[in-house]
Amino acid sequence: MMKNAVEATALVVERGGREVLHGLDLTVEAGRVTGLLGPSGCGKSTLMRVLVGVQAGVLGSVTVLGQPAGSRTLRDRVGYVTQAPSVYDDLTVRENLAFFARVLGVDRAEADRCVEVVDLGDQADQVVGSLSGGQRSRASLAVALLGSPGLLVLDEPTVGLDPVLREDLWATFHRLADEGAAVLVSSHVMDEAERCDRLLLMREGVFIAAGTPREIAEQAGAPDIERAFLAIVRGRAA
Amino acid sequence: MTPRTTAAIAARVLTQLRRDHRTLAIMLVLPCLLISLLWWMFDDLPGDNFDRLGPGLLAMFPFIVMFLVTSVTTLRERSGGTLERLLAMPMGKLDFLLGYAVAFGVVAAVQSAAAVALSVGLLDLTIAGPVWLLTVVAVADAVLGSALGLFVSAFARTEFQAVQFMPALVIPQILLCGLFVPRSALPDVLEAVSDVLPLSYAVDAMQHLTRSTSTAEVWGDLAVVAGYAVAGLALGAATLRRRSA
Ligand SMILES: Nc1ncnc2c1ncn2[C@@H]1O[C@H](COP(=O)(O)OP(=O)(O)OP(=O)(O)O)[C@@H](O)[C@H]1O
Ligand SMILES: [Mg+2]
Repeated sequence: MMKNAVEATALVVERGGREVLHGLDLTVEAGRVTGLLGPSGCGKSTLMRVLVGVQAGVLGSVTVLGQPAGSRTLRDRVGYVTQAPSVYDDLTVRENLAFFARVLGVDRAEADRCVEVVDLGDQADQVVGSLSGGQRSRASLAVALLGSPGLLVLDEPTVGLDPVLREDLWATFHRLADEGAAVLVSSHVMDEAERCDRLLLMREGVFIAAGTPREIAEQAGAPDIERAFLAIVRGRAA
Repeated sequence: MTPRTTAAIAARVLTQLRRDHRTLAIMLVLPCLLISLLWWMFDDLPGDNFDRLGPGLLAMFPFIVMFLVTSVTTLRERSGGTLERLLAMPMGKLDFLLGYAVAFGVVAAVQSAAAVALSVGLLDLTIAGPVWLLTVVAVADAVLGSALGLFVSAFARTEFQAVQFMPALVIPQILLCGLFVPRSALPDVLEAVSDVLPLSYAVDAMQHLTRSTSTAEVWGDLAVVAGYAVAGLALGAATLRRRSA
């Protein structure tokens, strides 16, 4: 089994004539939950779009599951949740899952399994447009789980959810990682940092720290990640 | 491209439409109402005005309706993130386009079957040629409308903008298709323009079917309409980029 699901070196991305990622080096390990944390606009979604192969203007080398990011053969091996829930509002949860399952070539049983994983069994026959915000993002997450992909790229999947649900979802991410998947989760909320096995702290298109939450906090001499982040930023400015 | 994915997309679009009762009702009932209105307008007048204009209207509905519906629904997919998700999955770009074309082709077949049945059965539209061929022309027309709608959705940021493309791309075709002034009587430049507009051929085909039992010319016109539809789908495919800025 491959240890690194993602390996990138000197990754540069230009968007709208402006460089937004400035030469990133990163790895995302299989079997772990990696957190991609940074303030709004720092480039988290851009990096995730690179990994799933929908971002244009990419320079440098990016390998996903042993192949160049965006390769045709990766398209059913990478699960992706876009930042806005990308499911059809006018279809039921089950219909959404069944549709994406057909596109991926997996069976109905797998679609039903994913509905259960995100705990939407009771809402399965409800139209997505009538779900609460949190239920809707879980429906979107369920689609990414179809076919048990080796890499899960989840763009702010826990935003706007209540604490109980967030707890549940983080438990789900860890279970998926325990089953062998590499899970990359972005967030701009620093208090989610402690839930990750490993962190990539990003600011303005560069990584300012990488490691376990404890390592990063210790190196910065701060009690938690939020203050570590601030200490690193101030240290750089000084 | 795989038939499985194309079929999945077509089935999904049809399910979404089925759920949207209002749109469905408008798509199926409105053409019938408008045809009836046209018939009523000319009811007290001498001559065969309804026979002259009716077929043109039958050609126009599927084109306009499918253009609007497709441009708005695909724009919604582009802005809602579902297209991005699909493009990150093993979906061919042609699967997406053909899926839409198939779904709206089916709707157009039902729509024009209703409009044709009403026109021929109740409103006494005289059709010399085979009536089923009228429906075939309507379906080709609908696919053409879908293809153009898919294409323009790439150039619109909002649904509001998408709707604005309709006067720009559709109304000139309606004006020049021979309904108001026979195409041969148009000024030379406009006649040349109408010769390259696909709706002209659809209307020609419909009008020919009302007058004559021969079908060779109809198939010729149909081939032109189908050619434009294929070209439109190819252009649409070119605007669908897996990787975007
Ligand atoms: N389509 C685009 N064209 C040009 N620039 C863009 C585009 N989308 C985003 N950007 C810019 O790229 C930078 C990174 O954006 P990105 O969406 O990756 O940030 P983010 O870290 O995901 O932010 P958030 O937490 O708010 O989602 C921002 O400065 C943004 O303005
Ligand atoms: Mg983002």
